[in-house]
Amino acid sequence: MSTSVSATSGTKSKSKSRLGFVDRLTNLPKLVKILLWVLLALFLYALPLLEPPLLSTPGTDFGGVLFTVTIYCLVALGLNIVVGYAGLLDLGYVGFYAIGAYTVAILTSFHANWPFLLAVPVAVVATMVSGVLLGAPTLRVRGDYLAIVTLGFGEIIRLAAVNTEWLGDARGISKIDRPPSIELFEIPHLFWEGGTPLLDPDDTTVFLEFGVLDQIPYYWLGLTVVILMLIADRLIKDSRVGRAWEATREDEDAAELMGVPTFRFKLLAFSTGAFVGGLAGALYASRQSFINPLSFLLLFSILFLAAVVVGGQGNRWGVLVGAFLVAYLPERFRDFSEFRVLVFGLALMVLAIFRPEGLLPPRRTLRAKQAGQELAAAEEGDHGEETRVRV
Amino acid sequence: MNFSFLFNNFAELTVTGLAFGAVYALIALGYTMVYGVLQLINFAHSEVFMYGTFATLWMTITLVGSGNPGGLQTFGIMAAALLAAMVVSGAIALMLEKFAYRPLIKRNAPRLIALISAIGASFVLAELMGVRDDVAGWFGLRETLDDYVGGARVNQSMPNIVQNRTLFAIGEYNIRMVDVIVILSAILMMVGLDQFVRRSKTGRGIRATAQDPETAALMGVNSTRVIQMTFLLGGLMAGVAAFLYMLKIETTKFDVGFLLGIKAFTAAVLGGIGNLRGALVGGLVLGVVENWGSALFGGEWRHVVAFVLLVVILLFRPTGILGESLGKART
Repeated sequence: MSTSVSATSGTKSKSKSRLGFVDRLTNLPKLVKILLWVLLALFLYALPLLEPPLLSTPGTDFGGVLFTVTIYCLVALGLNIVVGYAGLLDLGYVGFYAIGAYTVAILTSFHANWPFLLAVPVAVVATMVSGVLLGAPTLRVRGDYLAIVTLGFGEIIRLAAVNTEWLGDARGISKIDRPPSIELFEIPHLFWEGGTPLLDPDDTTVFLEFGVLDQIPYYWLGLTVVILMLIADRLIKDSRVGRAWEATREDEDAAELMGVPTFRFKLLAFSTGAFVGGLAGALYASRQSFINPLSFLLLFSILFLAAVVVGGQGNRWGVLVGAFLVAYLPERFRDFSEFRVLVFGLALMVLAIFRPEGLLPPRRTLRAKQAGQELAAAEEGDHGEETRVRV
Repeated sequence: MNFSFLFNNFAELTVTGLAFGAVYALIALGYTMVYGVLQLINFAHSEVFMYGTFATLWMTITLVGSGNPGGLQTFGIMAAALLAAMVVSGAIALMLEKFAYRPLIKRNAPRLIALISAIGASFVLAELMGVRDDVAGWFGLRETLDDYVGGARVNQSMPNIVQNRTLFAIGEYNIRMVDVIVILSAILMMVGLDQFVRRSKTGRGIRATAQDPETAALMGVNSTRVIQMTFLLGGLMAGVAAFLYMLKIETTKFDVGFLLGIKAFTAAVLGGIGNLRGALVGGLVLGVVENWGSALFGGEWRHVVAFVLLVVILLFRPTGILGESLGKART
């Protein structure tokens, strides 16, 4: 009896101390908090210039890898709205990504000569429209049927691009416009000799020159978009719309009875997700300056979904961590090229088995799980007492 | 739109479509049974099939050697290859259940994470086959292996054991032996499985668990055994599918399962997932319509036709052609 009490109190104090760190952070004065956020953002912006020894990727351009990470972060935030908030399993998210990329490609290079900044809004609107067009008939289908329909949609988009000459067929589209450059000043990179950082005057990045070689300005652009997305995501999640999505996800019938027009909100989630996916695709196309259907394989849909679920669906920081892992790890360990996917698959299985709620599950899930455990513990306790009485 | 081609070759297109459809249907059984019992999309089932194709390939190459087998010998080789494919696929399916699903089912994990685990398992299985040669190289076995078959990363073809002769002709259309074998054996297996699930005691356990797992457990059904059985049956059927696929297509590769898996899952959903007869109907319909579509619009639109068919059918019959019913099946 006494041991069981001490054990439970032990776990409680442990969980308290774990929460303690977060609590202490949230209890800091607002000014300090803002300062911390700004510092974090500055560090992230400076990351490709610092090229920290363990983090940077040997063999591939670190700036380029970081740009890929931001694209995955953006996609994961978008897919999180669909999968995490609204609970709609979308296995064809790469379709939206492709529509965004192809719209930009067609407007800036293949069939017209628009500047990049004008093409992006059109691309995003086109993706949203496609999201509504796909969602309107299919969102009435429930659960796993939606998964296979969206999977089919992603493949149709890709195959249509492969087989249509107007979309550049299998050869793809090249010479996609880059964002406009404003060349202001040069920033030198660091390089590391042993443990000491040194300034490298020969290796510099021109502030906001979107060129061919240096990928860092694209990373800055991507990071800015991700930060804006995070703010928007927070506003949406805490609004009436976000609550409606959660209610729909938890129990569609109950939400409908409570007066939530679930179908309309599901459609909204779908098109919002499509919006973000299209934006990510547009950025990607502009950085690559060349796209072909191979950039939009079904595999990417699966990787995007893996980022969201592994990170912790429904928690925006969790999906960012997931996106980072999915995008960064394969690049970092390029040396094992032959075994890369094998290790990735193993990692997915291990993560799934040991962290079924994701790496950073949303607090709501944690609370629900804790409540469930307490309930189970209480029930077991009753049983234990019963048996003891009987003995 | 090439209507004349479609009409001139209608019978032949239909029969080859049915043969493809039969393979889809057999793979679809694995998806549909696991879905019926666990409500999970068994994403790694495509790799179970892939291992079956390699088992067929190795067995045939080993047995045929350099000789040219005659009538009865061919039959023996086919039987051995079929057996090998079924054993390997069944074993892989059981391992899949043990390592990728059981730990999650025990913890009552969210359903989406089981999908991720299955995706991980699918990568692992496909890549294990892909890196086979590198690993063999570490032990100096690469040359020995190459005597039989080269790396799994490129297409490997198998010796032609069923001569592609015409069996009979309908009008002026030639119906080939392979197609007939594929369609007939697939239908035979499906009927056998259907009867097994309907009539045997194990089958009743499977249906009971699909219908209501808790009540079934209370009634003394061992749910772990039922789940194992479901995976095993799905694996065996995938093995048969792999054998028939190798008879018809004759080449395989480490990632052959991916597209076929998606098609088979589409077939399962088309017929009504969780419904065994639905898998047969869905597979055959998908194979035939796909073949007609590719004749009509050109081969490159083949997969688009398949997915558009799926979307259209789901719009009008949201639970598939026959509806979901593994649990509701009455004898």
